[in-house]
Amino acid sequence: MALAHAEVGNKAHAPKKRAKRIAYFLLAPGLTWLLIFFAFPLINLAETSTKTPAPTFETGEFVQTFRFSNFVDAFVNNQEQFFRSFLYALIATLFALAIAYPLAYAIAFRSGPWKNLMLILVVAPFFTSFLLRTLAWKQILGAEGPVVSALQFLGILPPEATITATAFSVILGLTYNFLPFMTLPIYASLDRIDYRLLEASGDLYANGVTTFRKVTLPLSAPGVVAGTLLTFIPASGDYINAQLLGSPENYMIGNVINSRFFRVVDYPTAAALSFILMATILVLVVIYIRRLGTDELV
Amino acid sequence: MKKDINSLSPEAREIIKAQITRRSLLVGAGAIGGAAFLASCSSDSEPSGAGSPEDVGGTVRWANWTAYLDAKKVDGKRTYPSLNKFIESTGIDVDYLVKYNDNDEFYALVQENLKAGKDIGYDIVTPTDWMAARWIRLGYAQELDAANIPNKNNILDTLANVSFDPGRNYSLTWQSGFAGFCWNKDVIKNDVVSIEQIFAPANKGRVVVLSEMRDTMGIILQYQGVDISQPFTEDQFMNGIDYFKKLIADGFIRQVKGNDYLEDMANGDAVAAIGWSGDMFSENLDGKNYGFAIPESGGTLWSDNMLVASTSANKANSEALMNHYYDPAIAAEVAAWVNYICPVKGAQAEMEKIDPELANSPFIFPDAETLSKVKVFRGLDAEEEFNFAAAFQEAIGA
Repeated sequence: MALAHAEVGNKAHAPKKRAKRIAYFLLAPGLTWLLIFFAFPLINLAETSTKTPAPTFETGEFVQTFRFSNFVDAFVNNQEQFFRSFLYALIATLFALAIAYPLAYAIAFRSGPWKNLMLILVVAPFFTSFLLRTLAWKQILGAEGPVVSALQFLGILPPEATITATAFSVILGLTYNFLPFMTLPIYASLDRIDYRLLEASGDLYANGVTTFRKVTLPLSAPGVVAGTLLTFIPASGDYINAQLLGSPENYMIGNVINSRFFRVVDYPTAAALSFILMATILVLVVIYIRRLGTDELV
Repeated sequence: MKKDINSLSPEAREIIKAQITRRSLLVGAGAIGGAAFLASCSSDSEPSGAGSPEDVGGTVRWANWTAYLDAKKVDGKRTYPSLNKFIESTGIDVDYLVKYNDNDEFYALVQENLKAGKDIGYDIVTPTDWMAARWIRLGYAQELDAANIPNKNNILDTLANVSFDPGRNYSLTWQSGFAGFCWNKDVIKNDVVSIEQIFAPANKGRVVVLSEMRDTMGIILQYQGVDISQPFTEDQFMNGIDYFKKLIADGFIRQVKGNDYLEDMANGDAVAAIGWSGDMFSENLDGKNYGFAIPESGGTLWSDNMLVASTSANKANSEALMNHYYDPAIAAEVAAWVNYICPVKGAQAEMEKIDPELANSPFIFPDAETLSKVKVFRGLDAEEEFNFAAAFQEAIGA
C-alpha cells in the first residue's frame, strides 16, 4: 500500500485523484463489512447501555434516558465476577501455555513423519461442538465418572467430594477448550525457526537450556504472544464452562451478561457490562503488547 | 398484494414468499447481520403478533418439556403412542420436539422471530402460566377457535377461568404439577420433607434447585411463613432471597438449573433437588429410584399451557391436536405415563380402566388434602417481575 502511494505521488494531479478514488473503491467492501459488523452493533450497544426500563416495565421495553450510571451500577454489582473472569482466564492461559509449548515444540522439531497426524490431533476437537466437548467433560468429571471413582479408590479424594462445580473444573474446561488456540500459533512460529540456528548455538558451546533461552524462546515469542491473546480474550468472556462445569460460586462475567440479556431481560445492564468487559480486555491487551513490543507480532 | 398471493396455488405462494424473504434479507442485511444481537433491544418496534400468517396446514411442530408425553421405545426408537393415535386417525403429521428446558431460555430463543413476525419453528408452545401470560399480553398467541376444539369443555373448572386468559380463548392447560423435594433413594434413605432435611450437612454441595424462580423461591418463601398466593411484599421476597443467597454462599446448592437438573441427578452429582413431581415418576419408569415429596412447609402448584404461536401458519391442525389431548381417554393415557396433574374432566374414570391405583394417585388427581399443601405463586406486575428476576439472578451470582 505504501509503495503504491509513493508511486502515485510522483504523477500528475488528476490521475492521483483518480487513483485515490480507486483505492477507496477497493477498500469499500472491507470498510462496509467493518461498518456493518463492527461499528453498527457497537453503536447500537452503546445506545442501549444508557437506557432504563419503560415506565410500564413491559418485558423488553426500554427508553433512552442517558443514564450513564448504568455503567457504575453494572460494575459495582458485579466486581466479583469481573475479577473472577480475569483470574480464571489468566490461570487457564498459563496452564495452556505450559501444555501447548512443549507440545508445539515436539510437533515442530521432534515429530518426524508424525507431524501432520499430530497437527490433525490438535485440531480434531474442533470437529465437534464446543458445547458437546464441555458436556463430555461434565460426564468424565461427574460423581460417577471414571476420574472421581479412580481418585476416590486411591484415597486422594474424600468419598463425598466431587470435581465438577469447583473452580478447578471450570479452569480445566477453559484450558482444554482454548488449547488449540495456544498450540497452533506457537507451532507456526517454532516451525519457521531455522534448525541450523539451534545447531550453531550448540557449536558455540551453549547448552540446551541456554540455547532455548537465547535462541528458541525469543524466536518463538510472537507465537507465544499471539497464543496467549487468543486464549485469554475468549476465555475471559466465556460462560459455557462456568455454567456446565461450575457452580454459582464460579460464575464469570459472561454468565452475568447472558442472564441479564435472556433471563432478567435487562438489556441496558447487559450492554453496559459488555462494554466494560470489552474496554478492560482492550486495556489489558494494550499493556501486554506494549510491554512485549509489537514489532515481532506477525 | 396479499390477496393476489392468496389466490395462487400453494406452490406458487411458497415461491413468492421465499422470494420476498430473500429480498428483504438482502435489503436488511445490515439489520440482520450487524444488529441481530441487539435487534430485539430497540424498544420502538411494536409487537407484531396481530398479523398472523394464513393457515396453510401441514405438520404440527410442538415444543414441549422433558418427559412430558407418554413414550415407548420401539426398536430402540422413541415413539409416543398417544400421539401416533392422533396421526393415524387424522392423517395430520406431528413433530414432537422436546425443546423446553426453562421458560426464559425458550423465550430467549424465539423472542426475536416472534417480534419480527417470522416463523419460530414451532406451532404449539408450552409455557408455564406466568410466561403464557406474557405471550398472550404481547400478542404472541393466536386466538383459538372453540368450534375446532369441542373437547375444550372438558377442562377442569378450576382451570377454565385463569386470570391471564379468562375463558381460555388463547390457551389450554397441558399439565399441572407440583414443585417439591426430589431425592435419590439409593443415597438418602429417609423421606425428605423439610428444608432442614434437604439442606442437611450430609447433602452439602449435592443439591440442585430449579432456575424457575417461582418454584424455588415459592418453596423458600413458604418455609419462611409467607403465603405466596397472597399479595406479599417486596421485603418479604427479599428476605427469601437473602436465605437463598446464604444457601449458595455456604455451598449447599450445587447448581441452579432448568429441566436438565435430571442429568445432575442421573450422573450422581446431585443427590437431591427442588424439582417437579411427575419427573420423578417417569424417571422411575426408566429404572431410577427417586423419591418425591411436597415440602411440609408448602410446595408450589403450576400449570403449563398449550398456545398456538402468532407466527404459526398451522392453527387448525394445532387445534385438532389440542382437541385430541382433551379426550378423557387420551388424557388418562398421557397421565398414566407423565404422572402430572391431569387437566381433563373424566380422565379419572378412564384411568380406572388403565390402572386403578393411578386413579387414586394424589399427584395425578389431587385430593383436597394434597391441594392444601401447595400454593400457586401469585401473579407479579411487570415491575415486580423485572425486579424479582434481577434479584434472583443476582443471588445466583449471574
